[in-house]
Amino acid sequence: MRKSEYIIRVKNVSKVYGDKTVLNQVSLDVRKGEFVTILGPSGCGKTTLLRLIAGFQPATSGEISIAGNNVTQTPPHRRPVNTVFQRYALFPHLNVYNNIAFGLKLKKLSSVVIAGKVKQALRMVGMTGYEYRDVDSLSGGQQQRVAIARAIVNEPEVLLLDEPLAALDLKMRKDMQMELREMHKSLGITFVYVTHDQEEALTLSDRIIVMSEGRIQQEGTPIDIYNEPSNAFVADFIGESNILDGIMLRDRLVSFAGYEFECVDEGFGENAPVDVVIRPEDLYIFEPSEATQFTGIVSSCIFKGVHYEMMVQTPGGYEFMVQNYHPFETGREAGLLVKPADIHVMRKERVCNTFEARSVDETHVEFLGTVFEVRPLDDIRNRKSFRVEIDFDKIILHDNEEDGQLTGEVCFILYKGNHYHLTVSTDSDEDIFADTSDVWDNGDRVGITIPPAAIRVKPLTCGANE
Amino acid sequence: MNRGQTLFTKRANWAVPYVVFLAIFVLIPIILIVIYAFADADDKFTLANFRKFMLHPEAVNTFVYSVGIAITTTLACILLGYPAAYILSRNSFAASRATVLLFILPMWINILIRTLATVALFDFLNVPLGEGALVFGMVYNFLPFMIYPIYNTLRKMDYSLVEAARDLGANPASVFARVVLPLSMPGVASGIMMVFMPTISTFAIAELLTMNNIKLFGTTIQENINNGMWNYGAALSLIMLLLIGVTGLISSDSGNGKEGGIL
Repeated sequence: MRKSEYIIRVKNVSKVYGDKTVLNQVSLDVRKGEFVTILGPSGCGKTTLLRLIAGFQPATSGEISIAGNNVTQTPPHRRPVNTVFQRYALFPHLNVYNNIAFGLKLKKLSSVVIAGKVKQALRMVGMTGYEYRDVDSLSGGQQQRVAIARAIVNEPEVLLLDEPLAALDLKMRKDMQMELREMHKSLGITFVYVTHDQEEALTLSDRIIVMSEGRIQQEGTPIDIYNEPSNAFVADFIGESNILDGIMLRDRLVSFAGYEFECVDEGFGENAPVDVVIRPEDLYIFEPSEATQFTGIVSSCIFKGVHYEMMVQTPGGYEFMVQNYHPFETGREAGLLVKPADIHVMRKERVCNTFEARSVDETHVEFLGTVFEVRPLDDIRNRKSFRVEIDFDKIILHDNEEDGQLTGEVCFILYKGNHYHLTVSTDSDEDIFADTSDVWDNGDRVGITIPPAAIRVKPLTCGANE
Repeated sequence: MNRGQTLFTKRANWAVPYVVFLAIFVLIPIILIVIYAFADADDKFTLANFRKFMLHPEAVNTFVYSVGIAITTTLACILLGYPAAYILSRNSFAASRATVLLFILPMWINILIRTLATVALFDFLNVPLGEGALVFGMVYNFLPFMIYPIYNTLRKMDYSLVEAARDLGANPASVFARVVLPLSMPGVASGIMMVFMPTISTFAIAELLTMNNIKLFGTTIQENINNGMWNYGAALSLIMLLLIGVTGLISSDSGNGKEGGIL
């Protein structure tokens, strides 16, 4: 039975609250003994996914199985998992010993066995001698240790950890990370760990699952995720990145920031629009010389402990982040170079906004629940529904919500070297993507205007490419 | 700048009117009760009043009976009030606020008016007045005082503790017995205080709902005072005061005195 290799199987699970989809067709397999981290920004659905596995909430659709048994409808107390909560959730009316013994007493074990197991669990988390302390008298770190002991003492198949270190200070967090890693090794049980801290995820995990907006964006080993992010979101979220719009001219030749570069990627076709990602430590900075691929003026230089972080402005108006052990003075001209293997090319998820639309009359169409004026419709006059395309940079955003034809909220911002690529969630819960050089913040309410000339009308049935 | 100004600006001084009120209408009467209780008609020190109570089987019986009625009422309030508070605390916020208001609403009506209405209702329904009616009237009057503190503690309880218990293998019954109930004990303790204290000293409800057939300890005190037996009345009051004090100590001890309380 190869089935037993996977301890947790999540199949096409969705979770919908009211009309908000928190998890959208998520599938995930966790191997026995693995340390898997679910990583994502707040509100991406990672905690919901963990709560579905623990059984605190039912899935709207899909199937979850643990250790080969379908547990989709099983209440939490009959699942072979234990959870470490973000806010510890220790029982305030019980002392340390009774908190840890809680699960064992429910199993009706003899008090001698319980005492032995509790002692061992306390030793495991380095809290020997704290048995009869009141939990309220412990520090945050100690409370979290007790919470971990309370979970592992039950010897679960899987330990679920919901941002267990989020409430601790930096130093304590680092120590606990190492201890968790050690504990995972010595216990040999499966850990599913939820965090928004990418560094924590990279440090701890065998495998990382990056989530955003209720979907899994990428899964892989920390090294894979860091070196080969599968899209611009992952590249931006994991570590620092320079992300730019580029054109794949042909195999192994890409153009971005006004220059052409050799790279190692193939199979994109000719003149394909792509996203280009370069890690700041992969950009070499030196005095302008023969080897220089392009030059720029250093606009800032900050000491970051081990390295310096510099922003370099190219004559074409692009900004690059560069990390190097040697500083360059602000205002100086510097030469830059990137090796072909360090240029990561990714197919763009989309090249323009596309919506399904319905004609109202000769000069008006309706989409996103709003009627827009367009240039006179000739060829599709008789068609009822069709497709409209709007380029990212033609979308106009207003500070004042009333100035727009419709309103929305900025929910994701990506810096592309010379402009920002914004994802704006409209009030009808659809996303509009806009390129702008104005600075916005996540969560800003904006008015959105689409000028008539920017709306291209296309037949619905036509293929994706023009 | 000058003394008059600091008198008003210092916040501790704002309590002065209440302290004066407290001294005149609470502290001095209690001292007077103690003095009267240990004095005879000629203002000489004596323990005769207490001896009279001990040797007077009717008074002792009334006392024991009153305590019994108070305990019965309190227990009935817990049994009826706890489930009500539990259900209310589990509901969605908007709905439960309205329902809590419904439970609290009777407290807006004067206790005598409510009791008179109960008497009229029992009359209309041909329910005989007596012990059953008395306990019913007490429970009806004091139930909100039990529900509200319990509801408050349950409402404030961290729901992740319930989830933690379920996660550790507790079925719904164990979650209630091992987590919810122990954590709501402070609310139960303040509920007991709020119900037991008034029920042991009340006499109006007893008079109205038993047609003066059942005498409670409060009634005995009132009769003695009305008949000019000030010293004996004071001694009886002191005994009741001590009992209430002991109840307060016990329930505040079991509840750690931390949570709960009404409003």
